Amino acid sequence: MTTATTGGPATRAVGTPHVRLEGRDKVTGAARYAADHPADGLAHGWIVPSTVARGRVRSLDDASALKMPGVLAVLHHGNASRLTEDFVGTFGPDATTQVFQHDRVPYLGWPVACVVAETPEQAREAAETLAVTYATEPHDVDFRPGHPGAYTPEEMAVGPACTEKGDVEAELAASDVVVDAHYSTAEEHHSPMEPHAAMARWDDGRLEVVDSTQGAYATARDLALLFGLDPASVHLRSEHVGGGFGCKAQVRPHLILAVMATTLLGRPVRVVLTRAQMFTLIGHRSPTAQRVRLGAGADGRLRALEHTALSATSTVREFIEPSAQYGRSMYDADGHRTVHSVVRLDVPTPTYMRAPGEAPGSFALECALDELAERCGLDPIALRARNEPAVGPVSGLPFAGRRLLDCFAEGARRFGWDGRDPRPGVRRDGRWLVGTGTAAATFFTGARPSTAAVTAHADGTFTARIAAADIGTGARTALTQLAADALEVTPGRVRVLIADSDFGDAWLAGGSMGTRSWGWAITLAARELRERLALGEDIPPDGLTVRSDTEQAVNSLAAYERHAYGAQFAEVAVDPGSGEIRVRRMLGVFAAGRIVNPLTARSQLTGGMIWGLSMALHEEAVRDTATGGLVNTDLAGYHIAAHADVPAVEADWIDDPDPDDPVGIKGIGEIGGVGSAAAIVNAVWHATGVRHRDLPIRPDRVVLMPRP
Amino acid sequence: MTASTSGVITLHVNGEPHTLTVDHRTTLLDALRERLGLTGTKKGCDQGQCGACTVLLDGRRAVACLQLAVAAEDRAITTIEGVADGGRLHPVQQAFIELDGYQCGYCTPGQICSALGVLDEHAAGWPSAVTADVRPEAGPPALTDDEIRERMSGNLCRCGAYTAIVRAVAQAAKVVSA
Amino acid sequence: MREFRYRRAADVADALALLEAEPEARPLGGGTNLVDLMKTGIERPALLVDLRDLPLDRITPTADGGLRVGATVTNSDLAAHPQVRLHFPALAQAVLAGASGQLRNMATVGGNLLQRTRCGYFTGAAAPCNKRLPGSGCAALTGEHHNHAVLGASPHCVAVHPSDMAVALAAFDAVVTYETPGGPGELPLAEFYLPVGSTPQLETALPPGALITGVVLPPAPVAAVSRYRKVRERASYAFAIGSLAAALDVRDGIVREVRLAFGAVASRPWRARQAERALTGQHADAVAFAAAADAELAAARPLPHNGYKLPLLRDLVVGVLTELAEEAAR
Repeated sequence: MTTATTGGPATRAVGTPHVRLEGRDKVTGAARYAADHPADGLAHGWIVPSTVARGRVRSLDDASALKMPGVLAVLHHGNASRLTEDFVGTFGPDATTQVFQHDRVPYLGWPVACVVAETPEQAREAAETLAVTYATEPHDVDFRPGHPGAYTPEEMAVGPACTEKGDVEAELAASDVVVDAHYSTAEEHHSPMEPHAAMARWDDGRLEVVDSTQGAYATARDLALLFGLDPASVHLRSEHVGGGFGCKAQVRPHLILAVMATTLLGRPVRVVLTRAQMFTLIGHRSPTAQRVRLGAGADGRLRALEHTALSATSTVREFIEPSAQYGRSMYDADGHRTVHSVVRLDVPTPTYMRAPGEAPGSFALECALDELAERCGLDPIALRARNEPAVGPVSGLPFAGRRLLDCFAEGARRFGWDGRDPRPGVRRDGRWLVGTGTAAATFFTGARPSTAAVTAHADGTFTARIAAADIGTGARTALTQLAADALEVTPGRVRVLIADSDFGDAWLAGGSMGTRSWGWAITLAARELRERLALGEDIPPDGLTVRSDTEQAVNSLAAYERHAYGAQFAEVAVDPGSGEIRVRRMLGVFAAGRIVNPLTARSQLTGGMIWGLSMALHEEAVRDTATGGLVNTDLAGYHIAAHADVPAVEADWIDDPDPDDPVGIKGIGEIGGVGSAAAIVNAVWHATGVRHRDLPIRPDRVVLMPRP
Repeated sequence: MTASTSGVITLHVNGEPHTLTVDHRTTLLDALRERLGLTGTKKGCDQGQCGACTVLLDGRRAVACLQLAVAAEDRAITTIEGVADGGRLHPVQQAFIELDGYQCGYCTPGQICSALGVLDEHAAGWPSAVTADVRPEAGPPALTDDEIRERMSGNLCRCGAYTAIVRAVAQAAKVVSA
Repeated sequence: MREFRYRRAADVADALALLEAEPEARPLGGGTNLVDLMKTGIERPALLVDLRDLPLDRITPTADGGLRVGATVTNSDLAAHPQVRLHFPALAQAVLAGASGQLRNMATVGGNLLQRTRCGYFTGAAAPCNKRLPGSGCAALTGEHHNHAVLGASPHCVAVHPSDMAVALAAFDAVVTYETPGGPGELPLAEFYLPVGSTPQLETALPPGALITGVVLPPAPVAAVSRYRKVRERASYAFAIGSLAAALDVRDGIVREVRLAFGAVASRPWRARQAERALTGQHADAVAFAAAADAELAAARPLPHNGYKLPLLRDLVVGVLTELAEEAAR
């Protein structure tokens, strides 16, 4: 029994900057990611993607491939082991898992074979020379507004597809000012720096897997279900993950094939996606075509708000980019309508990508509001202040806190917004036109049930175990701080182990709910452990362990509109002659719950803002309608912002603890990427007088856009 | 793999010679990772478009994914594992930790090796694409934030840690030149 | 990637002999383009002849005051060289505008000249491409081509050459030198790249078996006031969508000599001789600069989605020449 665990003043780890616990490992190369784990007798799998967009595999010359040096196996639909047919995983039914279960090709890039060989070089050559013939069928990959195949479903994964109250048409007709604008966003790809990788092997009846996943437990559970295995026989780890952003939350083909291959060959197998395969096998953000209609009185008060959003999905699985949900909690109007529709095309299946819905949706709506402010002669911040709702516009529920206007006030002060000349196109700096813009941001906050175990050791140290993932969020460090505070010890005495499916059920790193969900579970266990130690309970030789499960606590949260908020500001320079745009500075001020680790939180928020920059100016996967494939499946063609694109980006926050979380956490993973693109686009208008409604704002679009 | 399409080579990595037989197709990146167990050097794109595999070749930064291992013989190779001086971190590594110049950490070894190259190239007086006047009489450019950004642009970071990375490189530059 | 043999050439003669003995051989410089193309299967050599030991890694003055740049000089060493920066600043800037610091440390001058287009239909395998598979067609004509050629293209290929360095070399009348088993030869850069015509797969006029030994920059006093400006879809580490190498000699407000070359507009660096002719002897002002650009771009034949390159290039010409005129006046 140690003295520091009983009584005494609460420690203050939470809220204090703390360098990442794995920092030394990351800067010395010691941190091991999924493809970094060695194994004796390791074989390498290489995926063969289809080269047609629709049809069937007619023939596949695996016999020739098997004669090539080092080739051990060629897996395909004719010989692969059977998977659970109607697989329903963590995110519902998912037919994208049905790899090699049929001969159908639903899009260009679908896996049709996997070559396993002694070395990666041998596997690659055999995969790339594998002769595959297809019975092709006509395909349609042409995403466009008015597509005849578009439909509106009842439900999306995140809520109803449509909401409506009041009479939008009547309110528009009665409005003094109307904005009716179409917006589009490009197909975007998560593009984490670490390509998906998995290594699998059987060890004494247990499937041992290392995978790059955002949720070790969920992925292990789904994998077991897919292969019809006892969940206890699957052990999956993901100690370090090189970025996720939503594309590493599901079981993906590399993992399925590693398991199939190791089961067949009886030796460890690793499958790593190529960068090109990262553009077809792991999900993406659908392009969107959106229309926003706003009607307002001369004072700027909204009478009508309509937001419709079209996105694309595959023929394999329905996924809807929920862009129009942004306005459901954000702005009220007497006539209020949000509608999602989707069209099935012969393209890969999209998925959640950082700030799903909110990123493209906030671009459209926050830019439309900027147009409305201009028409009303109002400052954009004043317009938003005039439209602060008292309760959830669609739900009617009270807000559990809404400090949006405080974010704007603090942001405006720091950015130097007051006294801004609202006229567009009047500030010149050499060949550059300069302007500033702002936009609001919101993202829902919540928690998901998780379990944790915290153990007290006789030497006065503690170990917490939870199947959390640190995909760059700083979760490992934040959880250590949370555990330390709950135990009332210094963080140095706490060891947090994560990313191991054996630690039990836990939410994954997603939905801005990771650290909060895990932190809740750890806090409950740690607090109980501290109390029991305080009552004098002995620590046995193998430690005293307390387990927690937050299911009941999380599920009994009262119904409220629960969100984080933010105010985004940007200054840009535009060269109308060359079309170049340079962002000169960005500032985001957020109300996003209690900030556990200011050092890493600032990084995460800043990173989200840079995603907004990248979406506004760079990211665009270009699909060729003739082949059905993308023409830029690499990082030289698919541009994400590089160092030179990113100026001084500042993120800060105001005090905003969540009253219903044990430590006041909300979640910060996505909100930095909400509204940041809109702030930049609005700044481009302020610089040039030109409203860009199609992202990204490429130089050619600037050059060709008529100047006012 | 036949005798004529493979060869015995010696790679000099972090001051240590390693003799191995390589398939000529093997890149330096794969040789380091799969043959020598030096997995600190990361594969982000395998085609020279992300910088995650940056190492130092004869003291200069290079992408290991486009460097054939067989052609790297007799060259001094420094990987992220060889950057620290025993247990003592290099100022660039220290600055990345202190200023949080990373998030997921996957691009980090490449960013750090690249930063080492940047510091040397700048010390040698090399101009960059944002240097206003490249003529020798203009003198070496100051290592401003814009210079660091341009020179580090071959290292993509999807988490968006750029702001902190630039701060870390600037801080390390001060330490190194002090 | 196909299995291949590897030989490190001892000298130029050895390299030539190795290349001559194996029709499917490729010389290996920095490998930054070749190795990438080998990974995607576009290049499948049976033998790589490594040039790193060849004594072609030097930059030396020529007798007449120019510079000779060896074929294996790295892009970095070229851009950092004091004589290059002093006499040909636009060349240093062009090299620095290309790729990344890492790639410039690896890439060589010879390899830079020979790099292949980054057209997505050439680098991808699913679509027709006359450069990759002669006779298969050009998918870019009716597909994605917003960064394709507006000058000198043909219905067989509309891809652009990706090099920045070559644009500056074109402006400065560089001469490519080579060796063949039958003896040395040279090609002015203007003749080095072949017109597209119906054979886009044939990119240079190098004779079979030739090995580039270097590039000679003839003395060009006009180059002392020169600049390279590159427009791209990222601020760095991206290929050009339009670029300009320009040099200007202005005296008493009159253009005495001007050099202009465009990048990312054609299958080769595009020396803008029409523009140069139109401008020489004229007043150095924005009106004349714009007229010169228009004179060159009159021959442009944009596709449906790359017409923006014309106003962009016009803006570059006016902007850069205005800057150079101001610099010359100082």
